[in-house]
Amino acid sequence: MTATVKWRTWLLYLGVAAVVAYCLAPFYWMLVSSLRRTSDIFDTSLLPAPVSFENYRAVFSPSQGFGRALLNSLIVSGTTTVLALLLATFTAYAMARLEFRFKRLILTLIIATSMFPVVSILVPLLKLFTDIGWINTYQAMIVPSMSFVLPLAVWNLTTFFRQMPDELEQAAMIDGCTRGQAFRKIIIPLAAPGIFTTAIIIFIAAWNEFLIALSMTNRPSIQTAPVAISKFAGASQFDTPFGSQMAAGVLVTIPLVIMVLLFQRRIVAGLTAGAAK
Amino acid sequence: MATRTPPETAADRPPGPASGRAGRPPAPEKARRGRKSATAGTGRMAALLVSPTLLVLTVVVLYPTIMALRESLYGTKGLDPKTGFISDTEPFVGLQNYTDIFGEAGARFWNAFWNTTFFTVVTVGLETVIGVAMALIMHKAFSGRALIRASILIPWAVPTAISGLLWRWIFNSDGIANALIGHQVLWTTEGFHAKVAVIIAEVWKTAPFIGLLVLAGLQVIPREVYEAARMDGASPVRQFWHITLPLVKPALLVAVLFRCLDALRMFDLPYLLVGAQKSSVETLSMLAQNEASNVRFGPAAAYAVVLFVYVLLIVLGFVRLLGADVVGDAGGTGRKKRRWASKGNRVEVPA
Repeated sequence: MTATVKWRTWLLYLGVAAVVAYCLAPFYWMLVSSLRRTSDIFDTSLLPAPVSFENYRAVFSPSQGFGRALLNSLIVSGTTTVLALLLATFTAYAMARLEFRFKRLILTLIIATSMFPVVSILVPLLKLFTDIGWINTYQAMIVPSMSFVLPLAVWNLTTFFRQMPDELEQAAMIDGCTRGQAFRKIIIPLAAPGIFTTAIIIFIAAWNEFLIALSMTNRPSIQTAPVAISKFAGASQFDTPFGSQMAAGVLVTIPLVIMVLLFQRRIVAGLTAGAAK
Repeated sequence: MATRTPPETAADRPPGPASGRAGRPPAPEKARRGRKSATAGTGRMAALLVSPTLLVLTVVVLYPTIMALRESLYGTKGLDPKTGFISDTEPFVGLQNYTDIFGEAGARFWNAFWNTTFFTVVTVGLETVIGVAMALIMHKAFSGRALIRASILIPWAVPTAISGLLWRWIFNSDGIANALIGHQVLWTTEGFHAKVAVIIAEVWKTAPFIGLLVLAGLQVIPREVYEAARMDGASPVRQFWHITLPLVKPALLVAVLFRCLDALRMFDLPYLLVGAQKSSVETLSMLAQNEASNVRFGPAAAYAVVLFVYVLLIVLGFVRLLGADVVGDAGGTGRKKRRWASKGNRVEVPA
């Protein structure tokens, strides 16, 4: 009896190790490769020896313009996040708290829009933005991103608002607050964790966007980081600069990894809020 | 908050229709006037709060979708076959972009269509199996749960574009994948192995995500159910098939639906891992994007519309399969009741 229990525990630990290794190994390989010298980039040892920051220096050499790309990414995903949160907070509050006609239909429609393939809205928007001279602008990336970010935000926030007890608001309204004041003074501060979680999830989604950013730009100075990395040029035409690509990849991913480590509980709660209900 | 600013409200909606729109039929008795105006106010407020989102979505989703339908009926600029002149405007060609799919230009389309379908079926299938296994392990493991949760979120957080480049590096001819299998495979060249490379990379990124969603489903199953099953002498395997799987099915189906929709519009990964215009991995999104970037907007729009209809059909299929709505709509308890009820073929439950 105890032997089988012991066996089970071992098996479980083995499973845990397998899951962790499965998830982390490729990422670890990116990290290790980024710390190798260009001369031993094809090395397959598990640790970089010697550790070299050559690739990171190459990434930030002025000719790559990677600093600018990071800034562009930050501007595009930051603006997208703020705009989406602003609109979604009001809408989600109405969805969670107010009774009105066609509520179900409207919420279904909003969420259904996130199911659209991005490419099907891309073609007309590309044509439109070409006509009005928006190619190579930030708004040409921010506006289409709203199509998938806004439904995500509305859904997440609606779930959060619904979890908050009705009584808080009613008490505030009995005490003489209007619904608007109750919303501003009671709901928003209490919903701050939910809004924050939604912000992280939206930001990551916007930060990871590639197709729109690729199609709406052709000037390197406006490209976001993922697009810029994909266009990194090597020394010769046929030489892919894997080392600097990995280094840049690490740099783009590290902020997200830090967010994941700090807020993993909240992110998991946010991601599963809709699906598990 | 905005209800207290009459000018805006008045400009937005004239008072007459507003009260009609507010939800309830107008109450005939004077005694109910107070309540009526309250609901009218709520309706106005709701309209005010919801309309900015609807407006934005109209501009970025509805309008482009309609324009894509229109665009798909136009051809490309170039030589006009009738007059022999070069035209600046796109000629109207009716359904020709669609009929071309079944004609001469069809080979590339059907290849992309089958690639998309193949990737969706295989990756979602593998992800589901691996994701469920991961969820079971996470559910059982008490120590080290935080570590697993953090590590499981890493593939999700790595941008797909970056993971495409990362796997391109792993699958390089002198890369670690070939070193591990001790065999030279040119993964990123045309051929079936390129498909395998894309599938491995996609499954790595998204299986943990399914694992997370399934784990959330597992955690709401009451412990007593398992205890009862154990008392009745059910083996762990039987417990899995007869308790865990049926109870976790709603959460799993929603996760699978969302993964399917994501896989159907796959673009970044094959584009960066293998490359554009590689027929062994070209998906419908890649095909449409490629046509659009070559200023062939008409065919691009037609391909996008086909993809859109394909996605719509899959969603409708899932909605029928789930018996109720998949979008997790209004009203907590009422909805749940409805969903369970519809399983037992009793759709009518008074709200």
